[in-house]
Amino acid sequence: MGKMIKLGKKRSVNLTKTRVVDFSTYLGVVLAFLIVDAMLRGGMLSRSFSGQLIPICCYIVMAVSLNLTVGILGELSLGHAGFMSVGAFSGIVAAMSLQGSIPSEPARLAIALVVGAACAAVAGVIVGVPVLRLRGDYLAIVTLAFGEIIKELINCLIIGHDENGLHVIFNFNSSKTVSDLGLTENGIEIIKGAQGATGTQMISTFTAGFILVMITLVVVLNLVRSRSGRAIMAIRDNRIAAESVGINATKYKMMAFVTSAALAGAAGALYGLNFSNLTSAKFNFNTSILVLVFVVLGGLGNIWGSIIAATVLTILPEALRGFDDYRMLIYAIVLILVMLATNNSRLKALLARPFASLRARAAARPGKEAQ
Amino acid sequence: MKKFFSLAMALLMCVCLMAGCGQSEEPAEADNPSEPAESSEPSGGDEPAAEGAAFKFGGVGPLTGENAIYGNAVRNGAQIAVDEINEAGGINGYQVDFSFEDDVSDGESSVNAYNNLMDSGMQVLVGPVTTGPALSVSTLVNQDRVFMLTPSASSLDVVTGKDNVFQLCFTDPNQGMGSATYIGTNMPGSKVAVIYRNDDIYSTGIRDTFVAECENQDLEIVYEGTFTGEGASDFSVQLTDAQSAGADVVFLPIYYQPASIIFAQADAMGYEPTFFGVDGMDGILTLKNFDMSLAEGVMVLTPFSADATDERTVNFVTKYSEQFGETPNQFAADGYDCIYALKQAMENAGCTPDMSAEDICDAMIEQFTTMSFDGLTGSGLTWGTDGTVSKMPMAVVIHDGAYVSVENAG
Repeated sequence: MGKMIKLGKKRSVNLTKTRVVDFSTYLGVVLAFLIVDAMLRGGMLSRSFSGQLIPICCYIVMAVSLNLTVGILGELSLGHAGFMSVGAFSGIVAAMSLQGSIPSEPARLAIALVVGAACAAVAGVIVGVPVLRLRGDYLAIVTLAFGEIIKELINCLIIGHDENGLHVIFNFNSSKTVSDLGLTENGIEIIKGAQGATGTQMISTFTAGFILVMITLVVVLNLVRSRSGRAIMAIRDNRIAAESVGINATKYKMMAFVTSAALAGAAGALYGLNFSNLTSAKFNFNTSILVLVFVVLGGLGNIWGSIIAATVLTILPEALRGFDDYRMLIYAIVLILVMLATNNSRLKALLARPFASLRARAAARPGKEAQ
Repeated sequence: MKKFFSLAMALLMCVCLMAGCGQSEEPAEADNPSEPAESSEPSGGDEPAAEGAAFKFGGVGPLTGENAIYGNAVRNGAQIAVDEINEAGGINGYQVDFSFEDDVSDGESSVNAYNNLMDSGMQVLVGPVTTGPALSVSTLVNQDRVFMLTPSASSLDVVTGKDNVFQLCFTDPNQGMGSATYIGTNMPGSKVAVIYRNDDIYSTGIRDTFVAECENQDLEIVYEGTFTGEGASDFSVQLTDAQSAGADVVFLPIYYQPASIIFAQADAMGYEPTFFGVDGMDGILTLKNFDMSLAEGVMVLTPFSADATDERTVNFVTKYSEQFGETPNQFAADGYDCIYALKQAMENAGCTPDMSAEDICDAMIEQFTTMSFDGLTGSGLTWGTDGTVSKMPMAVVIHDGAYVSVENAG
């Protein structure tokens, strides 16, 4: 009995500790938004920077959601861009076809985000059921293949909308074109196969991006700190031990994987509605790897790390434009240096010295708990 | 020692980051004074022309990545034109300031590059070079009322519905139509195979009109093979099928990298049809480590041939080869023509650098829809109000590692 109470006490102390980190993450994001938004309204930001705000929000959501799979669940997924793609194109279809019935742009954007998240979640379930039985390298390769399949499928897709509703053609042998849709005069062509979505109305806003980032944080952080989240991390740390105490591994894996996919879908919808032209080739293997780089650089399982890494690495290539031809070379060198520096234990110790006493106490606690 | 090393690395990293920040802020700050003049139109005209004022032309295209040859060719060609104009006293007495940004042929980067140029006070945009990015940027350009003349983004979608976006190249439908007409007239009764990239706007766009026009010509399409960007390393299946279908002309509406592999593999299997390419085939002669003899006899539909003997082409080819050490392709000529077309329009309209981008845009739209322009890629070029150009395509043959017009090849 006595032990239980002690445990409870410790847990409550621990929770407040993690809460501090969580709330400072929320606070940091809100503050950053308020400052950037004020500067944006005051016209103090360059076009180059303000144009990147929405993509940055998208990449933050992508990184945080992938962190859920890679960092919290501990499964390597190389097909995260595939979910973004599903979300982007379904979101675009939703937003474009509701043009007539819902004139309000924010409402349409919200619906598009929800549709994108829902479609990506469905894709997550379809992929997850057979795939999550695999582990490690096998899972990585299957998710990689999933990303490529999605890309090819969208290449075959021709979608238009008129007053009779949606017209969809699966153009498997490349014999059909947009004219086969049979649209009426008022119809709009939304996705034109390999040409992707062209002529999309750009209705994404920075505020919507901020709200999506906040929703993502609330969902992911609360999931991680909940009972389910502890079960997910237990599976990551030792699957056999977790199953031996009655944790349903498949259920919790699915929970993390599908949540991650849904959030990526919402990010995709926001991204897709920020550009007038989008082809499925954009969401290739490279994009999946880019998001993985954000996650690894920010630290596996470290949510605020993902946010900062996604922001910095999205701005960096643009900030380096002054180097002309050497831009991408310098980008790569900076990436390597940051990776080395953030993984250097001596440097970490050096940076951590001011917080040494805090850290020491924090480090001591799990140790005690283990005893 | 390790500690010192890690510290040094961290320091280097910070320097890199700060250098990057410094670079990005600099132009923004430097151009602040010029920005108000741009946004407020009424006062824009009243600003006195500053000493050494210059027109700010911007360019966007892939300088790195798989389509880099196109972007670099456009940049080099345009730069030659800008240098020539500046040497000769500029446009209406004002110098031209030309800066070109890399977009890796990606929509998001292209929008970023465009925004970057807008920060530095760009008045006219030459680009983007490739179709996908041009689609993304053209919508923004239309909202911002900046004049855009793309040297080589050939999809109709780039210009439709945007009154201030113009093309200097053929449209995709034009190329498909032109190729089918040319093959139908000069090689009637041919059996044609088409190998195209089915996840690419450019390739599918040309293929669609080509196939449609073949029905009107005396041509039979015996085989259609497809590939996607990532799988572009082996074409033996497509080539074997084309061969067994008895195709004597293989139409390749694709870029030059996969085409180079097709030539090599066709050569290895002893299949010798007439290969027929369109403007994306341009660049094959400057591809590194490519055996030119493989491309011998390949026909390309292009508005520009470097062996033309008129004075302007000779002058351009000489300058280009001197400065960049290679024979210019059609993209370089397109870039060159873009700058001169803008010069002609600006001189006709009497533009000055202190005009806002929006005023210049209006003047340019008026000029481009009414003027006729003689350039390297054709004479008597005119533009419709839809932004498309009308000019005559011309077929060239690759002979001894250079383009020669079909007549000269004999």
